[in-house]
Amino acid sequence: MTEETGSNAYWRANIRLVKVCLIIWALVSFGFGIILRPLLAGIQIGGTDLGFWFAQQGSILVFLALIFFYAFRMNALDKKHGVDEESPVATQGTRPAVNESDRGAPR
Amino acid sequence: MSQYALNLIVVGSTFLLYIGIAIWARAGSTSEFYAANRGVHPVTNGMATAADWMSAASFISMAGLIAFVGYDNSSFLMGWTGGYVLLALLLAPYLRKFGKFTVPEFIGDRFYSTTARLVAVACLIIASITYVIGQMTGVGVAFSRFLEVSNTAGLFIGAAIVFFYAVLGGMKGITYTQVAQYCVLILAYTVPAIFISLQLTGVALPPLGLFAEHQGSGVPLLTKLDQVVTELGFASYTEHHTNTLNMVLFTLSLMIGTAGLPHVIIRFFTVPKVSDARWSAGWALVFIALLYLTAPAVGAMARLNLMETVYPDGASGAEGERFVNDFVDDLVMTIESWRPIDPTPA
Repeated sequence: MTEETGSNAYWRANIRLVKVCLIIWALVSFGFGIILRPLLAGIQIGGTDLGFWFAQQGSILVFLALIFFYAFRMNALDKKHGVDEESPVATQGTRPAVNESDRGAPR
Repeated sequence: MSQYALNLIVVGSTFLLYIGIAIWARAGSTSEFYAANRGVHPVTNGMATAADWMSAASFISMAGLIAFVGYDNSSFLMGWTGGYVLLALLLAPYLRKFGKFTVPEFIGDRFYSTTARLVAVACLIIASITYVIGQMTGVGVAFSRFLEVSNTAGLFIGAAIVFFYAVLGGMKGITYTQVAQYCVLILAYTVPAIFISLQLTGVALPPLGLFAEHQGSGVPLLTKLDQVVTELGFASYTEHHTNTLNMVLFTLSLMIGTAGLPHVIIRFFTVPKVSDARWSAGWALVFIALLYLTAPAVGAMARLNLMETVYPDGASGAEGERFVNDFVDDLVMTIESWRPIDPTPA
């Protein structure tokens, strides 16, 4: 695999992951919480309907799960394509900042 | 001991703590001042971000906004937390990857243009000043209440304290000050919420209490609340009363606004690695969610408690109408009494 296809594959996988996450993000907040609320009116929860739960609680919980899922998948993707920062955790900022901009996403 | 002295001791000691931390962690270099030497643990940064970002709006006013309008103000809950998804997925890791100190630096380098950089600086200053005006108004109100001075005097005292520890500690000092602030803030917010939840539903966790049964009547809390407020002639709590498109756009604008806040973005420059920036956004939302899951419960429970306290036998017909009129009069008088003592607008 050449360098070009490698970084293209990385970028495509990245975009796919972001797309999936953003679709779920919009679905639970704008969808279940607001626009689709009348459709969920039949499902009762604690004296009100599921749409109310999504608007005041559910969407926040889904957002949390989404960010952690994204971080986990994206960090794994970085490792797989060799663009992670392999330096040890306790760097305390001794690494020069310039090197970082040379790594990562293809230009 | 008088209430005033007690206020002074409690609030004063928290400020001594913050200033103590700022002196202990004072910045010694440019990297320490702007990015805490990129040595902040993602969980610590998450907590600091949460304290940094949850301000007057979240802490003082949000539960009230939800209490008095109900479902229609869910926009604040979804909007202000949903912005973190945009921040975590689209902004924070990329800015951290670039490895600079500020967003204008990133824009200037990315587009090879000093003009672009200047435009970014102008946007940053406009966004920050607008934000600071709102926040400092909140500082003025809070300080004028506990020191019993005018809003303007309260504002100057608050600004002086913040200025002292921000300039001394830079990003490094502020990070640890904010961790301490978060602990104070979340305790102050959740402890009363737990007690009101126990009193009304018998459930200790407010987010679960919101959907639990109301003690005394045996019906779910939200059903009870809907009954009480509609009986008194107010709009129901859980139903949707506003325009759907309006609510969608309002929520979206709150999300985009949250993702673009300069003082939040800059916090992601302080972690060691790009992967840490991703985790850190998640941790920030964990600490924010602790308050944001409590707020709607506080809103609903406070509303119910208020209604039941001022009108224990419910309301019917003319009596209810009289109650509503008295209530509105009281509210207007209360708001009047919050006016600053001096003529300067707060």
